Amino acid sequence: MRFDSLLESVGHTPLIGLPRLSPSADVRLWAKLEDRNPTGSVKDRAALAMVEAAEADGTLTPGCTIVEPTSGNTGISLAMAARLKGYRLVCVMPENTSPERSQLLRMWGAEIISSPAAGGSNEAVRVAKQVSAEHPDWVMLYQYGNPANAEAHYRTTGPEIFADLPTITHFVAGLGTTGTLMGCGRYLREQVPGIEIIAAEPRYGELVYGLRNIDEGFVPELYDASVLTSRFSVGPVDAVRRTRELLELEGIFAGISTGAILHAALGAAAKAVKAGKAADIAFVVCDGGWKYLSTGAYEGTINEASAALDGQLWA
Amino acid sequence: MAIAISIPTILRTYTDGAKSVEASGSTLAEVIADLESRFPGIAERLLDDGALRRFVNVYINDEDVRFLGGVDAPISDGDAVTVLPAVAGGS
Repeated sequence: MRFDSLLESVGHTPLIGLPRLSPSADVRLWAKLEDRNPTGSVKDRAALAMVEAAEADGTLTPGCTIVEPTSGNTGISLAMAARLKGYRLVCVMPENTSPERSQLLRMWGAEIISSPAAGGSNEAVRVAKQVSAEHPDWVMLYQYGNPANAEAHYRTTGPEIFADLPTITHFVAGLGTTGTLMGCGRYLREQVPGIEIIAAEPRYGELVYGLRNIDEGFVPELYDASVLTSRFSVGPVDAVRRTRELLELEGIFAGISTGAILHAALGAAAKAVKAGKAADIAFVVCDGGWKYLSTGAYEGTINEASAALDGQLWA
Repeated sequence: MAIAISIPTILRTYTDGAKSVEASGSTLAEVIADLESRFPGIAERLLDDGALRRFVNVYINDEDVRFLGGVDAPISDGDAVTVLPAVAGGS
C-alpha cells in the first residue's frame, strides 16, 4: 500500500481472527489492530480528525499552539500531526503515567505540563482548561467533548470493521473519551440491528479516584449511554492476565488497556456459548505494549504485575 | 451470605473508614436503604431524587448498574457491589 504522506496512512488496520482464544467455531473473537497506526495507537484517528476539523472551520491557523489534556496516546498522535503540519503542541499530562509516554512526546517536539497524580485525568482536564483560559490564543481540541473524535470512528473504524466482518454480533472497546465506542457504536447499530456494544473501562487504584468531592467527578461530554448495551469495570489483575494470554496464545503484544477490553470480550463470548448462540465479537487493540514495559506489567507473577500498576494510569 | 460493597475513599467518612461493608437487599435500592440505616447520610451521597447521582458509578459483579436497571437492578447474596466516583479515563 502506498500513501502520499504518513498522515494519509492513518486507519485501514487489519482485523485478525483469534483461533486459540475463541471458545468455539461458532463463537469467534476478532482483534482490530489499531497499534498499526502511524504512532502506534487508535488515537491517530481521533487526533488527525480533530486537527483537520479545526483547520476546516478556521479555529486552527498556521503557527497556532495546541493544548490538550492527555495521558499519552492522544498527545503522541497530536504531536506527530502538529510536527508535520507546523503547530506547537503543549500537553497536560498526569504525572503518574509511564515515562515512555513523556519521552515519546518530547521526541516529537511536544512540551509537557504535569498535572497532579491524585485525581488522574480529571486533574489533567482541569489544568488544561485553566491553561487554555490563560492563553486565549491557544487552541484546545478537547478530545472528551470534540464531536470530530467520535466522528472519526463513525467514518472510518466502524465501516472498516463492518466491511471485514459483516456477521459481527458484538463490538467491544475501551471507555475513555468514549469516542471509539460512540462513533463505531452508532455506525454498527445502523448496520446491524441488535448488535451488542460493550464498554470496558479500566478500574484504577484508589489514588486515581481520590477526589475532594464527588461532584468533582467527570463524564465526557461525548458520552451517550444509549449507544452502549453494557459497560464493565475491569481491574488490573484481569487486565494483566488477559494481556498476557493475548501474547501467549495469539502472539499479539498489546498494551494493558487491551487486556481489559479482551476480558470483557471473553465475558461476552462465554455468555454466547452458554446461550447456545453463534457470535462474531470484534474488539479493539488500542496500542502495543511497548510504552508500558516500565510499569512492570510484563514481568513477574500476575499479582506482582498488577500490584506494580497500583496508582499508575495504565490505560 | 451477604452482599459485599466496596466503598471509595471519598465516602469512607460514612463507614468509619471501612473500605468494604456488608449489606442485604434484593435490589440496589434496598441495599442502599440498608446501608443508610447503619451509615446515615450515605444514601444522599449516592442518590439524587431516587436515581444514581451523575458522578456516581455502581457496579454489580463489575457490570455498570445503569445497564442492569439502575437502582432497581436485582442483587443476590454473594454478589459484589463496587461504588466509584466517575473520573476521566481516556488517553
